[in-house]
Amino acid sequence: MEENKVVPRFKVVIIAGSAGSLEVLMQVLPKLKSTPAFALVIVLHRKNTEDNTLEELIAIKSHITVREVEDKTVLLPGFIYVAPSDYHLLFETNGELSLDTSEKINYSRPSIDVSFESAAQVYGPALTGILLSGANADGTHGLKIIKQQGGTVVIQDPATAEMPFMPRTALENITPHYVLDVPGLLGYINAIN
Amino acid sequence: MVNDRQLDVLINDVFEYHGFDFSGYSRASLRRRVDRLVQLDGFADFALFLSKVRTDASYFKHMVEEITVNVTEMFRDPHFYKVLREEIVPVLATKPFIRIWHAGCSSGEEVYSMAILLQEANLLHKSLLYATDINPLVLDTAKKGIFPLRMIKSYSENYMASGGKKDFSGYYTANYGLAKFGEDLSAKMVFSLHNLVSDGSFNEFDLILCRNVLIYFDKDLQERALQLFDDSLAKLGYLALGTKETIKFSHMESRYEQQKKEKLWKKIK
Repeated sequence: MEENKVVPRFKVVIIAGSAGSLEVLMQVLPKLKSTPAFALVIVLHRKNTEDNTLEELIAIKSHITVREVEDKTVLLPGFIYVAPSDYHLLFETNGELSLDTSEKINYSRPSIDVSFESAAQVYGPALTGILLSGANADGTHGLKIIKQQGGTVVIQDPATAEMPFMPRTALENITPHYVLDVPGLLGYINAIN
Repeated sequence: MVNDRQLDVLINDVFEYHGFDFSGYSRASLRRRVDRLVQLDGFADFALFLSKVRTDASYFKHMVEEITVNVTEMFRDPHFYKVLREEIVPVLATKPFIRIWHAGCSSGEEVYSMAILLQEANLLHKSLLYATDINPLVLDTAKKGIFPLRMIKSYSENYMASGGKKDFSGYYTANYGLAKFGEDLSAKMVFSLHNLVSDGSFNEFDLILCRNVLIYFDKDLQERALQLFDDSLAKLGYLALGTKETIKFSHMESRYEQQKKEKLWKKIK
């Protein structure tokens, strides 16, 4: 399927996690450079709410502008995109984001596996998937696909995760390119260009 | 995993053999649904799946039923229903006759929610709720008004959050794990197959609800569906979309007025 892939002009970084991952983001986001050359996508397991508390919190904590995700929003470098609650977040080959309310995966919508897999198919080597703290196995399958498609796999060191199950499950099933603690994650992301 | 080229072949063959056009569907989402189906039905490879779809009409029917997404709930997004209840229903009440279209109604949970709103406003007797979907299987469920009892707790919470004041259990009879909604609610519903890709306008409506359907379409097909809704809406009628859908960037935006910050637009021209 390699020949079908678009050649993206920019990199995409997806940071994903569940319980205990918001705390990591709150430490990392304020220290990220304000206009990254990549698009930063955040996929967190979140309560099904109608409000935008998470988006607002991320916007407050970050120097990078948060773009509201609606159906067919165009993904651009230099912005943060947050997967909305109760939708799976998918990536189209033309650079648009699609939303999907189909069945929960790993008891989750948004599911990390769904976004990782979909982005890997479109962005291939230009994609970095970062899996943080969490208490369920979502993300492991998606990281496998990212690796298969030539992307970069980063996992939070389970020893530093509030809920180590999610990163540990991933580590038991794949060999990542990097296992990092929180300062390590920060340095890694800021070095992407 | 199904790749882009295989997906193109499937879309072409489905159109050629069965006349259904999925070319305007969101590829990312369609690919997931096809992947899921190939796995679910245990095909060893994509070619076997494709050949079955081509040659077996009943399997093709099954495919349509499975690749369309039918996740829905009663009073989905309670705040939206609160606005419907408090702002829109009182406007509809002034009409001698109320016509509503639920486009892509799936198994009907939102149609029954609407009927409850209308009944509580004492308007159901002069209303007609047209409910359409591409999938005949879910329409059958919708006609019966029978939903899983295990969902009722969250539906009841949604109902209250939407401003419902009555005892929700008065609307259904529970039996063997199922909740059957009253026929007084379904008496004013008309269920019909309708394909937003290929079928046209069939009536004029005061309110069209199409929530979380356009997300499965690409922008061109979304535009086509919006045109169809525009053709089917009476002047000063309302269009309701899903929480992450919009008519922004579409050609008809200038003739519609968004109601507060809701995904609800009024046709003003």
